[in-house]
Amino acid sequence: MQLIKPDTNIDFVSKRKIALCVSIVLIVVGLLSLIVKGGPNYGIDFAGGTLVQVQFTQPTDASAIKDALQKLDLGTLVVQSFGDNQNEFLIRVEQSTTELQSLAQLIEKELETTYETGGVDIRRVEMVGPQVGKDLRTKGLKAIFYAMLGLLAYISWRFEFRFAVGAIVALLHDVTITLGVFSLFGKEIDLPIIAAFLAIIGYSLNDTIIVYDRIRENMGKHHKESFPFIVNRSINETLSRTLLTSGTTLLVVLALFVLGGGVIHNFAFAMLIGVLIGTYSSIFVASPILIFWHQKKQASAK
Amino acid sequence: MSNSLKFRSLLVVACLLLSFFAIAPTLMQSSLPQWWTKTFNPIQLGLDLQGGMHLVLGVDVDKAVESRIDTIIDQTEAQLREKDIIFKRLERRQGDRLVVLVYDAAEGAKVDALMADEYPALEPETFSGSGGYIEKHFRLSDQEIENIQDYAVRQALETLRNRVDQFGVSEPTLQRQSGNRILIQLPGVEDPERAISLLGKTARLEFKMVDESANLQDAVAGKVPAGSQLLYERNVNRATGATTEKPLVVIDKTVLTGDLLSDANVRIDTRYNEPYVSIEFNSVGAKRFDQITAANVGKRMAIVLDDNVYSAPVIRERIAGGSAQISGSFTSQEATDLAIVLRAGSLPAPVKILENRTVGPSLGHDSISKGIKSIWVGAALVVLAMVIYYQLSGIVAVVALVLNLIFITAMLAMFGATLTMPGLAGVVLTIGMAVDANVLIFERIREEVRLGRAPKLALDSGYSKAFITIIDANLTTLLAALVLFQFGTGPVRGFAVTLSIGIVASLFTAIFVSRVIFDIFLKGREVKRLSI
Repeated sequence: MQLIKPDTNIDFVSKRKIALCVSIVLIVVGLLSLIVKGGPNYGIDFAGGTLVQVQFTQPTDASAIKDALQKLDLGTLVVQSFGDNQNEFLIRVEQSTTELQSLAQLIEKELETTYETGGVDIRRVEMVGPQVGKDLRTKGLKAIFYAMLGLLAYISWRFEFRFAVGAIVALLHDVTITLGVFSLFGKEIDLPIIAAFLAIIGYSLNDTIIVYDRIRENMGKHHKESFPFIVNRSINETLSRTLLTSGTTLLVVLALFVLGGGVIHNFAFAMLIGVLIGTYSSIFVASPILIFWHQKKQASAK
Repeated sequence: MSNSLKFRSLLVVACLLLSFFAIAPTLMQSSLPQWWTKTFNPIQLGLDLQGGMHLVLGVDVDKAVESRIDTIIDQTEAQLREKDIIFKRLERRQGDRLVVLVYDAAEGAKVDALMADEYPALEPETFSGSGGYIEKHFRLSDQEIENIQDYAVRQALETLRNRVDQFGVSEPTLQRQSGNRILIQLPGVEDPERAISLLGKTARLEFKMVDESANLQDAVAGKVPAGSQLLYERNVNRATGATTEKPLVVIDKTVLTGDLLSDANVRIDTRYNEPYVSIEFNSVGAKRFDQITAANVGKRMAIVLDDNVYSAPVIRERIAGGSAQISGSFTSQEATDLAIVLRAGSLPAPVKILENRTVGPSLGHDSISKGIKSIWVGAALVVLAMVIYYQLSGIVAVVALVLNLIFITAMLAMFGATLTMPGLAGVVLTIGMAVDANVLIFERIREEVRLGRAPKLALDSGYSKAFITIIDANLTTLLAALVLFQFGTGPVRGFAVTLSIGIVASLFTAIFVSRVIFDIFLKGREVKRLSI
């Protein structure tokens, strides 16, 4: 079976201006959402706070839980349903207590006065103090920064510097858009999301390198052709591979998204966006940057 | 060629056998001989999968420095009196220095001489204070402060380890992290609240004499006599659950501390059928306890734990032999826990909970079953896609994929890696990306076939041309995974581990194993057309 006929020659390169507009719109919308919402929506890993996952034996809803906790005066209180179980909820409080009597215990006791005793099952408690949250945030940012630096060095070594710049711009493009989508959907940035970002970086780069590799090969083979022609040809030659691999990766990520359960849901969501954007960017961002660079060099040579 | 093929096939079989040995303990631990399970441990599950508690405690090291100064003040005060040096008072300032107020330079010189003799590590400074006094400052050096802080954290780690051991959790982890932080992991802990209260208690046991001359009403109103302090005795009425607080004024100076205990045990008071904790002093403590009780017959002595009064019994007679009891309205579990913390010793400084992640066992089970389901469904979808797209060659890729999963599992077991929920996600992701190498190879082979090459030749050049691309593409992902491993913590690290292992395994299966399978099939056969 073949998805892409061998002699396919779609003119991707000439559409790079349209692609540029699409990318800019996506980035601007994401950034606007980030600005309006006052920065990324950090989860407790980075903002600090307490998170309690509770399962009830009897049906209830978020506002009833909020009412039940009214007396505790916990400050900003977020209650949302969680996972595919109807009676499972996440309760998030901005406070983090260093006291030995934990908030989780208080919450459990308070809930048991409203619901029946034993009808409340605390399944998970996460408390992150503000200092630890700050540390984790720095660590996460550092991880992304060093990953990019390492990759820049590696690609410069294996290819040329301009390839490395193209790849990194594509990566920034992917991460920014994913971040924007997260902001638009009001999803929280947690530690696993940083892991997802790094996986996206790895994946997107994987994709970009395969196109670059073909460009490098074709530059040797067809050195008489114009550079945009070579780029376009390379994209087309690797197109069926790009689609197939993205397809299989999307399939498994989709499996995770649907079946993986609440704990991994946001992670799978980030990957889903990342794989789509990463595939797009290796064709429409990373490669056109090479052409742009090339043309600028030629212009300055004249 | 034939020899090399034999050798390569053997290598694959050997890897498979080794994997089987490595995985077996995970799948059927109980039915295997002991040498087997000892060589290969079963795959460890992270706290998020098996349930348990992840705690980061911060030791309040400044308090440790302050209490060192307080100790020096106590000792110095006694020595100054002994030597008849006239001074106004001694106090601790700014947390890192003690100040002696004297009236004139002559006495000040005596203080200097004494301190230089007794505490040469302290840095002396002299100021003329307000009201004509001379202030003699003695400051701990930065080096000394660092030592005290470092020692406090090490001591706290030791004490916490003792407590955890007595608490009875299988395979706990206690680690010192950067600075003053201590990481504690308690897998499968059933009562997280109890664990926290047991670990977090400073457990500073002090015996203080009750200040009988103080007026209780005045003290509660805020007028505590100098040299005394106001403490509370809390009692919980077990029938109603109500707490009552009884104020008590005690003399600041601690007559005896829990450092001098040798043992603590729970006993049951036969008269009221109530548990109490009986404590034994060591020889030094016993002697001091003997002296104190002898000197204070008829007075009350408060037993204070972390600034809470447990009881304040009247000393009826001199107590020799060095044993005493702490009673209060305990439940038997409270009494047990109190005995544990007293036996394990007190923390050198209070600790704070900086991070607490607790996962109940039921959620862990859910996560495992959901993770494994995602792996199966994801793998099935990929298998389907590959077979439809590449037909017989697709089956080769599928076999490589299955071997890949086996090798990943085996490597997890062999390296003693911990499997977490993000780790499972990493495995799922690897499945999707593992076929990439085969896709690259197959696309190359198709190109070669289109150019009119014979099957074997197409296979050869397909593999060799795709090789560099595959290496470049995978090394970059590996690089990202390694960075993640370096900076990540806990479950996220698990993701980096499975992703890295997955990449290595998939390189091996996609490039090496799949080629072996092709070669076995094509060997001695004249194939006109590749099914690809």
